[in-house]
This record gives sequence, structure tokens and C-alpha cells, in this order.
Amino acid sequence: MPYTVKRPKLVWWEKLYLPALASGMRVTLGHFFRCLSGKTKVTMQYPEETWNSHLPDHYRGAPALVTDEQERERCVACQLCEFICPPRAITIQPEEIPRDDNWAKVEKRPAEFDIDMIRCIYCGLCEEVCPEQAIFLRKDYSITGYTREEMVHDKARLYEIGGVRTGLVNKWNELK
Amino acid sequence: MSFFLASSVLHITLVAAIKIVAFVLVTILPLVAISVWMERRVSAAIQDRLGPNRVGPAGLLQPVADGVKFLLKEDFTPSYVRKNFYWLAPALTMVPALLTSAVIPFGSRLFGEKMVIADLDVGPLFVFAIASLTVYGIVLAGWASNSKYPFLGGVRSTSQMISYEISLGLSVVPLLMIYGELNLGKIVQFQAENGWAMLPLWGGGLGINLLLWIPVTISFVIFTTSMFAETNRLPFDLPECETELVAGYHTEYSSMKFALFFLGEYAAMIVGSGLIVTLFFGGWSLPFGWLTPDSITAHVPWWHGVIHIFVFFDKVVTFIIFFIIIRWTLPRFRYDQLMRLGWQVFLVLALMNIVFTAVILWWIDKPVM
Repeated sequence: MPYTVKRPKLVWWEKLYLPALASGMRVTLGHFFRCLSGKTKVTMQYPEETWNSHLPDHYRGAPALVTDEQERERCVACQLCEFICPPRAITIQPEEIPRDDNWAKVEKRPAEFDIDMIRCIYCGLCEEVCPEQAIFLRKDYSITGYTREEMVHDKARLYEIGGVRTGLVNKWNELK
Repeated sequence: MSFFLASSVLHITLVAAIKIVAFVLVTILPLVAISVWMERRVSAAIQDRLGPNRVGPAGLLQPVADGVKFLLKEDFTPSYVRKNFYWLAPALTMVPALLTSAVIPFGSRLFGEKMVIADLDVGPLFVFAIASLTVYGIVLAGWASNSKYPFLGGVRSTSQMISYEISLGLSVVPLLMIYGELNLGKIVQFQAENGWAMLPLWGGGLGINLLLWIPVTISFVIFTTSMFAETNRLPFDLPECETELVAGYHTEYSSMKFALFFLGEYAAMIVGSGLIVTLFFGGWSLPFGWLTPDSITAHVPWWHGVIHIFVFFDKVVTFIIFFIIIRWTLPRFRYDQLMRLGWQVFLVLALMNIVFTAVILWWIDKPVM
């Protein structure tokens, strides 16, 4: 069905096109001078200004493993995060906790835990799926390195970044 | 200078060589770099952001960084292109733009030497003839790239440039009738003494009559708009816009060849601005006849000469900023609107303008050249 587009009726000075140039340039030059005089503050001059102080609480930075206040490494090497990681950045080698250890009833811990930060997409699925509250995403975002090897965070580095976290559910403690 | 040179042929050659190096290599090419910087900063300010401000003070070395990037990038030739024309096209786009700068007077005189590389008596004719060669570069680029987006971009750009060259040439004719001169240096001298074409407020004021200001203004509008179309700048941007044609006729080009296209476009913009300034705004002259040399061959003190050169470049830079602001103010013209404007509006207007000017000149009894 033919549909006729209604064209607006133009007055003679609108048909000339050039007077519209003046009003257009008023908008453009207005923005130009406002930006020059410093009234528009949109651009953040990184790295002198950062937004580290007002990152939102839910910001997803680099993943890290945590220890709790009893100095136990929380991870039990269940490998759920390894399975769910979309780019398969996590590699875990589990080992058995020896019988004479304090936490022998936990039975498993990671011998090796590597997160390849070049692959990590900071999606947060590993934190969401972890049943032990062992892996958390921190607020640091600029992870850089000179070689690919240096960008793979191994277990020591991950615990170093993660630090100690309190207030977690200690389900492996003795029942009172 | 001639007192320690053996023959005047050597003198002329040497001076011409120095002028070519000084004007093309030391002035226009750095001015291209500066206009790239200005484009990025001015367009950023218009868009409420800051442009590049890290490389060098206020980002002034950014074009240098871009140049180094272009040099170091891999310069490959796709297998499906016509190699001879593919390699020829960027040069054919850039060289005419630089060649046309040979007739534009950059200043009056410095140490007795005229500040124009080639003081031709057919200035504007030379410019239009050489600028037409740019079309070949774009045709070859679009055709030799053997791919649909460059083809479309090349075809559109060719027809656009050819259409607007006609109105470009015809729009200058009234001005030349009023001045009776085609020598750009003499035109500027006339304007310095008698008032700029667009501001005839001192001296003789366009020779005679303020009535002549009307055709001059029409001529200015047509010329400036056609200059926008000739250099493929917005609002006549269709051949190379990103939203429609990937990158138009230079899609298949990488690194240095793309840099040559880029340079050619900005050089054409600078030479176009220089031409507008020369014809309509008095070239290197200051307003109200300040510091004007007495005649075309009079002696000009060296500091007058330097001031004249600075004034010329100030005016050219103002026009470049005008080009940039217009780019970010107006939306792009649709292709049929563009062609309609070139053939049905500007051509007719330019022809009518010529007749109108001739009638006015006859009426006020000035000899029409």
C-alpha cells in the first residue's frame, strides 16, 4: 500500500538552508566554547584521575582466592569454577589433604590453581558458583604484564591478592 | 642575493627551489599535521570531550605519532586489485593538491623575493586545471580496488567532484570580471589597496560600487560550498563516510597509501582555504590598508613581509577551523540532493551571477574584461 511521507512545509528562509547554518553553528559553537572554558567535565583524565574511590559495590575486577580467619585456605578443589568458567581460564590440580592434618576431614585442596588473566573475562561466574565462598572478584581492573607467563596467576599469587576474609560461613568447623 | 651568484638563471632556480622546500615541505605538510590535530581537538570540544592531549604538549605531536604508525604498519597489496592503478591512485590524489599550492601568494615580499612559488598570470585557471586531476586519483582508487564499497565510493566521488568543478570555476568568473586580472598576486594587491572582496570598506572599495558586493557574496557562497564538495568534506561526505561505505574509495588501502589519501584530502582543504582567502578575503593583507605595500613591485620591509605571511596563515587557519566546525554541524547530504544542488542550483546560480555582474559593470560604465 503506498504510504506518502508528509514533508514539512518550509518557509522561504528555511528553503535557503544557509540561515539554518547559523542556528546549527550556535549549538555547535556553544558546546565548543563550553568545553574550552572547562565547564563541561565529561572526560576523566586517566591515569591522573581514576574512579577507584567510587567503584560500585558490585564491580567485578580480578578473581582471587581467600583465606579465612582460621588461616585455612577456603578452596577445596571441587573444580566447579573450572567447569563453569566460560573462557576456561581456570586450571586446577587437586590433591589430597594428608590424614594427620587438622583439616583432614575436608579431604581435598588444590595443588595448583592457575587463572590465566588474559583469558579471564571478569564475568564473576566462578564467584557465583563456588560452594565454599573461596573465590571472590576484587576491585582491581588494570592487570598488565610483559609476557604471557607473567599474566597467569598461580595459587600463591591468588592467595596473595585475595588476603584474609572474615564473616564467611565456616561449615567445616566442629559442631559446638 | 644576486651579488654573489654567477648568473640569474642560477639565482632563479635556487630561489624557486628554496621557495618550494619552504612552502611545501616546511609549511604545507606541517600545516596538514596541524590541521589533523585541530580537527581532532576541535571536533572533540564540539562533542563535549577532550581530544588527544597526551602525546607532546596538548597533544601537538599526535600527528607525528600517527605518521610513525603509518610508516611502521604493514603495507600489503590485496591479491585481487589491479596493481598498477592501485599503487598510482594515492599519488594521483596527493600530488595535484600540493601542486596547486604553487600559485597561491603566501605573503607580499620577503627580502625582495615574491612569496609565491610561481607567479603565473593564469592563477585560478592553473588551480582548477590541476585540481581536476584529483578526480583521476579517486577514480583509479575506486576502480582498481576491485571491491564493492570502494567502487561505489569512487563512482559517487567522481560524479560529485566533476559536478562541483563546474560551479567552482564559474563562480569565480564574476570576481575576475570585477578585478580584470587573473594573476593572484595582483588580485591580492588590489584587495589590499581597495578593500577585500567580502569587506570592501576602504580605499576604492571593489573599485567602484557597493552594489558589486551582492554578486561577490553569491560567488563566495557558491565557491565555498563547491570547495567543500571538491575536497569530499561534510556535508558532501558521501563518498567516504563510515556509516554508508565502510571507508569509501580508500577501504582497501593500508598504512602509507592511506596516509597519502589522508594527506591529500587535508592538503586540498588547506589549498582550498588558501584560495578562498586569496580571492575573497585579501590574501596576506591586513584590513583597512594597514602595512600595504605601495604597489606590486614596491620594496617591502622584511618585518612587513613576515607580518603578511603570518596574517595569511591566520586567515587560512580560521578557514580550516570553519571547515571543521561545518563538518560537525551539518548532516550529510543525500546523493540525489547533492547532485541536484550541483547541477540545478549552483550551475544556474553561477551563470546568472555572471550575467548579473556583467549587467552591473555595464551599468556603472566599467570596462568588462
